[in-house]
Amino acid sequence: MEFGLSQDQRMMQDSLAKALERLCPLDRVRAFADTKEPVARDLWTGLAELGVAGLMIDEEHGGVGLGLLDAVVAAEALGRVVAPAPFLGVTLAAIALTAGGSASQKSKWLPRLAAGEALAAVAISEAIAGARDGAGVTATGGKLTGKTLFVIDAAEADLIIVADTTGALHLVAGDAPGLASTPLTSIDLTRRLGELRFDNTPAEPLGDAGDLTRLRDAAWVLLAADMLGAGSAMIDKAVAYAGERRQFDRVIGSFQAVKHLCAEMAAGLEPCRSLVWYAAHAWDHVPDEASLTAAHAKAHLSEVGRFVARTATEVHGGIGFTDLLGLHYWFKRIGLDRQWLGGPERVRHLAAVMQGLVAA
Amino acid sequence: MDLSFGPEYEAFRSQVRDFLQSRSADYPGAARSTRADALAWQKTLIEHGYAARTIPRQYGGFGAAPDILKSRIIAEEFTRARAPTGMSGQGISMFVPTLLEVGTEEQKQTYIAPTLRGEIIWCQGYSEPGSGSDLASLQTKAVEDGDDFVINGQKIWTSTAMQADMIFCLVRTEPQAPKHAGISYLIFSMKTPGIEVRPLKTMTGHAEFNEVFFTDVRVPRTQIVGARGEGWRVANATLKHERGMLGDPNAAESRLAALIDLMREETAGGERLINNPLLRDRLMQMQARVLAMKYNGLRLISAQLNGETALLAALIVKLQGCEINHELAALAIDSLGELGVLYEDSPHLRAGGSWQQRYMFDLGLIIGGGTAQIQKNIIAERGLGMPREPKLASA
Repeated sequence: MEFGLSQDQRMMQDSLAKALERLCPLDRVRAFADTKEPVARDLWTGLAELGVAGLMIDEEHGGVGLGLLDAVVAAEALGRVVAPAPFLGVTLAAIALTAGGSASQKSKWLPRLAAGEALAAVAISEAIAGARDGAGVTATGGKLTGKTLFVIDAAEADLIIVADTTGALHLVAGDAPGLASTPLTSIDLTRRLGELRFDNTPAEPLGDAGDLTRLRDAAWVLLAADMLGAGSAMIDKAVAYAGERRQFDRVIGSFQAVKHLCAEMAAGLEPCRSLVWYAAHAWDHVPDEASLTAAHAKAHLSEVGRFVARTATEVHGGIGFTDLLGLHYWFKRIGLDRQWLGGPERVRHLAAVMQGLVAA
Repeated sequence: MDLSFGPEYEAFRSQVRDFLQSRSADYPGAARSTRADALAWQKTLIEHGYAARTIPRQYGGFGAAPDILKSRIIAEEFTRARAPTGMSGQGISMFVPTLLEVGTEEQKQTYIAPTLRGEIIWCQGYSEPGSGSDLASLQTKAVEDGDDFVINGQKIWTSTAMQADMIFCLVRTEPQAPKHAGISYLIFSMKTPGIEVRPLKTMTGHAEFNEVFFTDVRVPRTQIVGARGEGWRVANATLKHERGMLGDPNAAESRLAALIDLMREETAGGERLINNPLLRDRLMQMQARVLAMKYNGLRLISAQLNGETALLAALIVKLQGCEINHELAALAIDSLGELGVLYEDSPHLRAGGSWQQRYMFDLGLIIGGGTAQIQKNIIAERGLGMPREPKLASA
């Protein structure tokens, strides 16, 4: 019996952490944030060389052929350093293609995704979190029409996975006719968010509502893992700062008022690690439990993540509030993770529906 | 990730199941069972290795090698069959492990077997009115007089003191020594002259605890575990066992299941409680926390099996476990609304008033066994490596 990460997964964790120190120091994040750079290509190329782009793509198509628990290890590592990497879109598109793609769709896209050459985005917010501002995409005769909001890497994606208003999935090429994108400015400076409009845009069918559910569950788990990584980093930073900063002739970490905030963060976040691991394991191997544990991982990490983000900032005092320190990148990343594909109240409602506790 | 226990353990599971099925007629029930039934059941459990499993045979245990998976399987199967588990109590769960670690051979021979069989009931004399979180400041004195110690002082929060035959007790034997170095660990009969036990009624309306008063209580000097002045070290061997007892994730899981049933079955104004979106949202929040602690528990078992440490994951169990149990009871009460305040023998009472009873008693558990605030100090200092509070210059 072994609950937790395997030796291989721990090795990946260590090597990714080392590589990210080099590939993604805070200065690199800041440069991405400040310059409106569309994609951090150097970072993604470096990560693709380590296999991160093709973690869940089978070896036949140039990937590593691993599962969601492995992707969770990567997502956590990326969250730790608030990496501006197009990991979510690429990984989720690979999942959708693997599950519902035809042989030709797979051979066309998966090798390019795995190599880090093609970028991908998923446009599924309306189907999961509910449509806002008149969004919604309808499919007729192989053409999509309508708009979809909150698409990460919308502008740069070479392929887009779109859920229509019935929950069916479609594949759209980034350069398809009748496709236009508008940037959305969000708090999270480490992601590029956009709105996509379709006007009789050609699309290929990719899967049904069941595939959307699998995709949603994987997305929830990866978002939870991102918050786990970002939250852990914030706790480490708060503890380190509290051990250095002196006021009233002592380090502030020796004050119980400060120490207890750190203990509360750790007590909240540490069990989340096991929850996220299990949710990923369930997605890989225990299908009956996958949706419920994914929902709880997403919703619970959203709550604990918000608490950690706020509290770690507070432990830093005034400096935590400044742009100079950069702690706000973590704070805001958790802020986006929390809302994207359903805030905690929405996700918990869905969790209750899944168990038959209430009608949809 | 590999959550299977493997064929050897699944065979063991069937063995436990078969045992429970064949013996279901012998379960001591709550209503009609006598003390003799309970003792007979305990004897049967020890013989089959379902109680006192890892205690060496020479001391009256079953003598199996420690195997955390087998222990877990036993716990799971007893819960599933709703079979009464072996006796617990502070004698079996705390005193016996302590004696095994630091007792003399004679002490082990004398006390362990009858304690395991349920023939000696123990209580713990640690806390005092003036020494709670700062336990090492305890003032109950034991002064040497001939072959005896003469004990004067008071203990509090002593559960089972009324029924107990014996007490394991921390006393100050070296008043000049620094506070941690002046304590000794004595064991003596509760029938010794000079001991008075007074029930301590708590907010639940029941006396789950007692106060114990010592007036010139004479105890032979030989009744000491460890050496003079080493009581603090001996006690810490015991406290370690207590921390493990509190905050059991299986308890939270069954409590959550009962709460879900309650919210599905009860109605207010003709509407099922589960249809109230606010209550339902709170229920889902609790379910996530219960699941997180369940998997945290699996992680701890796995770490122990594989000889790894998961220090932070272990240190948070008491704080989180007690808090979750308490909040589950709070949510049940809020769901019941006005029905939720009914208590004791009231008409319309639900679940025997147990949700209120738990809500109040669990607050005691949050405070006892190391308060939530002490737990946070431990998590911060041992788990996160944060600095200790500087000592005040002594007044």
